[in-house]
Amino acid sequence: MTLWLAVVAVCVLAFLTKLAGYLVPERFLELPWVARVVPLLTVALLSSLVITQGFLDTDGLPTLDARAVALGAAVLLLLLRAPFLVVVALSAATAALVRLWS
Amino acid sequence: MTEGPWWRTPAGREGLAVGLVGLYGVSAGALGVAAGLSVAQTMLTSLLLFSGGSQFAFYGVIGTGGNPLAAVATASLLGLRNGFYGLQLSRVLAPSGRLRPVTAHLTIDESTAVALAQETRRGSRIGFYVTGVALFVVWNTTTLLGALAGTAMGDPRAYGLDAAAAAAFVALVWPRLFGRGEDGRTGPVATAALAMLLTLVAAPFTPTGVEVLVGATAALVVGLRVRRAPGEGAR
Repeated sequence: MTLWLAVVAVCVLAFLTKLAGYLVPERFLELPWVARVVPLLTVALLSSLVITQGFLDTDGLPTLDARAVALGAAVLLLLLRAPFLVVVALSAATAALVRLWS
Repeated sequence: MTEGPWWRTPAGREGLAVGLVGLYGVSAGALGVAAGLSVAQTMLTSLLLFSGGSQFAFYGVIGTGGNPLAAVATASLLGLRNGFYGLQLSRVLAPSGRLRPVTAHLTIDESTAVALAQETRRGSRIGFYVTGVALFVVWNTTTLLGALAGTAMGDPRAYGLDAAAAAAFVALVWPRLFGRGEDGRTGPVATAALAMLLTLVAAPFTPTGVEVLVGATAALVVGLRVRRAPGEGAR
C-alpha cells in the first residue's frame, strides 16, 4: 500500500515538475544560483546512487564485492565509448560471473 | 534540408535514431521488479514518471530496502532538471494550451538535446516530438518486456541485476563529468567527489535511502561557491 502511494506520488511530482517548466515565470527559474545548482544536483544524486548501489552493504557499511568488479568493468567500457545498454548489460554479466566463480 | 515531410528532415531522422536509445527500458523493467515493484507498478512509473534516471533512482532506493519517502524525494530531485528543460524549450516549441501537457510529459534529456541541437524552429519542433514519441513507445514496450523477463528470472542477484543498477548510474553521470564541453570543468567533478564522500560517511548513521539526500547537498556546497562559466546553463 505504501509502495503504491509512493509510485503515484513520484509520478505526479515528476509530471508537475515538467509542466512547471512551461508555466512558471522565467525570472524564478533563471536565478543564477538556481541555474547553477540544478545541473550539479543531477550529478550529486547520480554519484551518491553509485555509492549506495555499488559499495554499501545492507547496514550501510562500505564493502567491496562483485558489484565493485562490475563497476570497474562499467568504467572501462565507458572509456571505450561503449553505448549505455552495452555498459549496463556487460556489468551485470560481470557481477553474475564473479558470483558464479566465487 | 528542413523542407518536406518530417521523416525526410535531419531532425526527424535524428529523433528516430535517438528513440532507439529507449531499448534500455529492458533494464528499467527488470530492475523495477527486482526492486520489489509489481509489473503494474513498474509499468506505471515507465508510462507516467517517464524519466530513466528518476526511475532507476526510485527502484534503487526501494530495492535496497529504503524508505519510500526517500525514494520519492531522490527521484523527484533528480527530475528537477526536466523543469529547466521545459523553460528552455517553451520559447522554441511554444506549445498551445492543449498540447502543453503532452509536451511537458515528453520533456526529458534526449528530446531536449535533439530539439536544442536544431537550427530552425521547425527542426526543433520535429526533433522534439519525434524523439519524445519514439522514445515513449520504445521505452514502454521494452520496460514491459524487461519486467516480464525479470519476474520469470528468480533471484536478480544471480544475474547481476543489482550491479546493473550501479552501472546505470555510472553511465548516466559519466557524460555529465567527462562529456563534450565538460572536460576540465571542476564543478561537476568536485560535486561528484563530495557527494560520494558524504554518502559514504552518512550511510551507517542514516535510514536507508536518506544517505543519498545527504550526498545531494554537495550540489549546494559546490554550486553556491563556484562562479558560473560563460555559456553554461541548466542541463
